[in-house]
Amino acid sequence: MKLPIYLDNHATTRMDPRVFETIRPYFLDVFGNAASRNHSFGWEAEEATDKARKQIADLIGATSKEIVFTSGATESNNLAIKGVAEMYAERGNHIITVVTEHKAVLDTCKHLEKRGARVTYLPVGQDGLVDLDQLRDAITDKTILISIMYANNEIGVVQPIAEIGRIAKEKGVLLHSDAVQAVGKIPVNVISDNIDIMSLTGHKIYGPKGCGALYVRRRNPRVQLTAQMDGGGHERGMRSGTLNVPGIVGLGAACELCGREMAEESARLRGLRDYLKGRLMNELDEVYVNGSLVHRLPHNLNISFAYVEGESLLMGINDIAVSSGSACTSATLEPSYILKALGAGDDLAHSSIRFGLGRFTTKEEIDYAADKVVDVVRKLRELSPLYEMAKEGVDLSKVVWAAH
Amino acid sequence: MAYSNKVLDHYNNPRNVGSLDKADPNVGTGMVGAPECGDVMKLQVKVDPETGVIEDAKFKTFGCGSAIASSSLATEWLRGKTVDQALEIKNTDIVNELSLPPVKIHCSVLAEDAIKAAISDYKKKQQIPVQAETALV
Repeated sequence: MKLPIYLDNHATTRMDPRVFETIRPYFLDVFGNAASRNHSFGWEAEEATDKARKQIADLIGATSKEIVFTSGATESNNLAIKGVAEMYAERGNHIITVVTEHKAVLDTCKHLEKRGARVTYLPVGQDGLVDLDQLRDAITDKTILISIMYANNEIGVVQPIAEIGRIAKEKGVLLHSDAVQAVGKIPVNVISDNIDIMSLTGHKIYGPKGCGALYVRRRNPRVQLTAQMDGGGHERGMRSGTLNVPGIVGLGAACELCGREMAEESARLRGLRDYLKGRLMNELDEVYVNGSLVHRLPHNLNISFAYVEGESLLMGINDIAVSSGSACTSATLEPSYILKALGAGDDLAHSSIRFGLGRFTTKEEIDYAADKVVDVVRKLRELSPLYEMAKEGVDLSKVVWAAH
Repeated sequence: MAYSNKVLDHYNNPRNVGSLDKADPNVGTGMVGAPECGDVMKLQVKVDPETGVIEDAKFKTFGCGSAIASSSLATEWLRGKTVDQALEIKNTDIVNELSLPPVKIHCSVLAEDAIKAAISDYKKKQQIPVQAETALV
């Protein structure tokens, strides 16, 4: 076993060596511009990107022509939401999204609000899921877009996208889904889920960074987006810019591998994740899983260790790469807005750790991580005045704290 | 974030962890911070009433590594000081000793507040008048 151990696969993933080998020739040998129509260099590059389009489309139940290449999911989310807002401005100006979305969605919506759009931010329940009745009630005759993520990047909660898609279709509203955490990990199908626009990216699925895609439905309905960048009119006029051929080849290869291995891989990771959860919960008291355990990505565990502050825990397990919702680990000194949205209280947000297992995670690594976390949590609880008070029977929620 | 060696040392080997008897009239207890802010420090001093010298200091901290280190260091500095000398410890001394980055300065402020709160509690118990500026609980 090699240290440090990587358990932060929601942030990014290591490239699969098979993907790397597929990309390799596209730097030195096949280096053409996919838009060059007059020579074999261009044709070969275009052939490679066409193959990747097919590989991506096959994974999500789409057709090749519905894939628009981008630089990643942040761009895909921007293009989807701003593109719809502009293109459908005459039809309405109302967008519905959810408070636990990624900043690439939330901040895009805020940007549009400044320009006159109206945005509804739906809350989530303690399990992290949206309430379908609230969604239905939020739709007005001015609603042009619903943007709801497939699976959450912190708590791994999987939204009821198929039901949301049915509601959107019934009301004639477009549905965009940021599916970066779900694609390649769980079955995603834009037809059965009724998704009109969907963001995905290479580096979350053992492919390259800097290359993502946007699925844009072509039939029933035919979705149109206003381009957000002017240029050569690539990608059916929706996204100008010379195609990143090596990145696209890698994204395609990564999608194909995920499609082939998803069933087996997700079963293995679910087993490891549940084993990790079992060990932590059996060996420590007052441990809480954040978000639904039922509707959840198989490789995600987001867990709070009461009375222990997240950053100090990370410091003690510094040979294990994980993330925390603690304020101290964020640039803004605010605890995770996603955990706060669950209503669990800021104190549990400060105490949270996100484990993201991945294709290369082994049982041995999980055992090492469990041993270490249990050890450090015990040590920090010895140091924690809150743990001491709780053990003395003090109700911490009744204490008047000197907030600072 | 990279931690200074001194922060790492206090985190890995915290000094004077524990609790003193809150009911003892010679013990002053200060508890500052709030769980929802991500740090709570409990700092206690045991004072020799004859000499006014702090003979023991203990802490428990819920917070980041810098908060743990700040309070651990504070207990080290408190031992052997008189109550009045203890009140001269400034958060900037802690910042300098631990090389805390700007984003962690609030940890040192909290430690200074904890010292003042503990001593103010001790003085209250001993019925020594507390100056307004040190009554920071």
